[in-house]
Amino acid sequence: MREPVISFDQVYKSYPMYHHIRGIKNLMFNFPHNLKALRRQQFEALNNISFEVYRGEKFGIVGYNGAGKSTTLGLIAGVLKPSSGRVVVRGRISPLLALGTGFHPELNGRENIVLNGVLLGLTRREVLSKLDEIIEFAELGEFIDRPIRIYSTGMMARLGFSVVAHLDPEILLIDEVLGVGDIRFQQKCLNKMAEFRNSGVTMVLVSHSMASVVEICDRALWIQDHHVKMIGESTKVAEAYAEAAAADIAASGKRKKIRPVEAAAAKVRGPLF
Amino acid sequence: MRRGIASNFSQHQLENYRDLLFVLFQKEFKVRYKGKFLGYLWSIASPLSFALVYYIAFSGIMRVAVEGYPLILVSGLFPWQWFQNSVGSAPNLFVGNASLIKKLNFPRNILSLSTILNHMVHFLLSLPVILLFMVIYGKSPTLAWVYGLPLMMAIQLCTVYGLSLVLATLNLFLRDIERLTQIVMTFVFYFTPIIFTADMIPEQYQPLIPANPAAPLMINWRNLFLHGYLDGHYLLISAGYAVAFLALGTVVYRKLSWKFAEVL
Repeated sequence: MREPVISFDQVYKSYPMYHHIRGIKNLMFNFPHNLKALRRQQFEALNNISFEVYRGEKFGIVGYNGAGKSTTLGLIAGVLKPSSGRVVVRGRISPLLALGTGFHPELNGRENIVLNGVLLGLTRREVLSKLDEIIEFAELGEFIDRPIRIYSTGMMARLGFSVVAHLDPEILLIDEVLGVGDIRFQQKCLNKMAEFRNSGVTMVLVSHSMASVVEICDRALWIQDHHVKMIGESTKVAEAYAEAAAADIAASGKRKKIRPVEAAAAKVRGPLF
Repeated sequence: MRRGIASNFSQHQLENYRDLLFVLFQKEFKVRYKGKFLGYLWSIASPLSFALVYYIAFSGIMRVAVEGYPLILVSGLFPWQWFQNSVGSAPNLFVGNASLIKKLNFPRNILSLSTILNHMVHFLLSLPVILLFMVIYGKSPTLAWVYGLPLMMAIQLCTVYGLSLVLATLNLFLRDIERLTQIVMTFVFYFTPIIFTADMIPEQYQPLIPANPAAPLMINWRNLFLHGYLDGHYLLISAGYAVAFLALGTVVYRKLSWKFAEVL
């Protein structure tokens, strides 16, 4: 019954600091020195991470920026290899891609659905058989036959989510992209997620929203400074993480004298001004 | 069991890869013509305008007397365009698809293959233009085309595919490759019998022709279009280059493909 579909066994991941040899000039001059420097200077992204995700489980990953969450997802997706330790994944991975990834702006909605579906590991036949269902869910009306460069951000997100949600994912990877679309479509996404809950789809959700983690996930992993800080029931992990984060904010708030409300307002305005 | 990049094959996976090649090819093909009023004309406009420029420069201004120079230019520039576009676009193949490579585990060489095939199809579509020039100059296709065309295409396909794998892969680790490629390709263009014929090369430099991987290919393309035959000696050399580049490309790609997502 409790069959692990993802298992990390003492996984370490470090990257060489490639940017030190950007440029052929630097590489050529002092080649042996550079080679040595390359071996020495490693960036440790994950340090002794072990966990298992069971079939049908909804698993959350939380932690600060740069803690190692995306590296963990990369290892699950199979685009990265561990430096040491073992990563075993059983089943087809469907990452919920960032906005517009795998889409081409000049192609229309239909063509992009097929392109995206095949990129996500399905055959063309499988995608075509689900095409109507996907189009209906995305609610794009006549826009489905227009090039997606004219889509609004929300429409693009709807298209992306619809593709992933309807392609019978076995293991769904979601990297903090839930806050897309309008409130009504977000509700629709959450309903779809709830549907997944009963359908046996395994889900790994990376999120900064503790509300989503608590609502969607059964268990959660908290990564702090490339180590496992805590692993367990999602409510407990979310609570502990929120407390620690609040403490950090309070500490930095004293130094910088920024109240959380102002910080939040600044964040909202950020991209515009 | 370690999960390499696309190591464990299954029937479904193979079908997926086949379809991936198809949709990526289709995407590039559609994008090339979509929203462009003159569609097909644009893909032949570039080599034709180059042909015109060289014709004016060499025949009109410098008065170099070469018989049937426009046909010589066209028969060289079209195959060269396929070669140049494939190799020129190679360094950006993986760098330009960073968002996919960082998230999805699929054989990255499909990106390369779909682009190369696209350039090949555009070459095929430009054959009528070469035929038109041949008719103007009183030539016609010979029986040698039946085997010559597929053979030459296979050799060029392997050559540019191997080269593009090498360049696309290495450019991830050393971004200077992109600039370097542009410069090297300029040299290759002028040192290859494209805007001139092989017998115009001075005697003492003739032995150097096989040292340029593009030269035997282009010489034989022109042999095929102008004289309806293939030179066996140059055919062997270009086939040798094709095998060597294909092997090199495959080795470089295999050795390094697992690191792609790290360096992007």
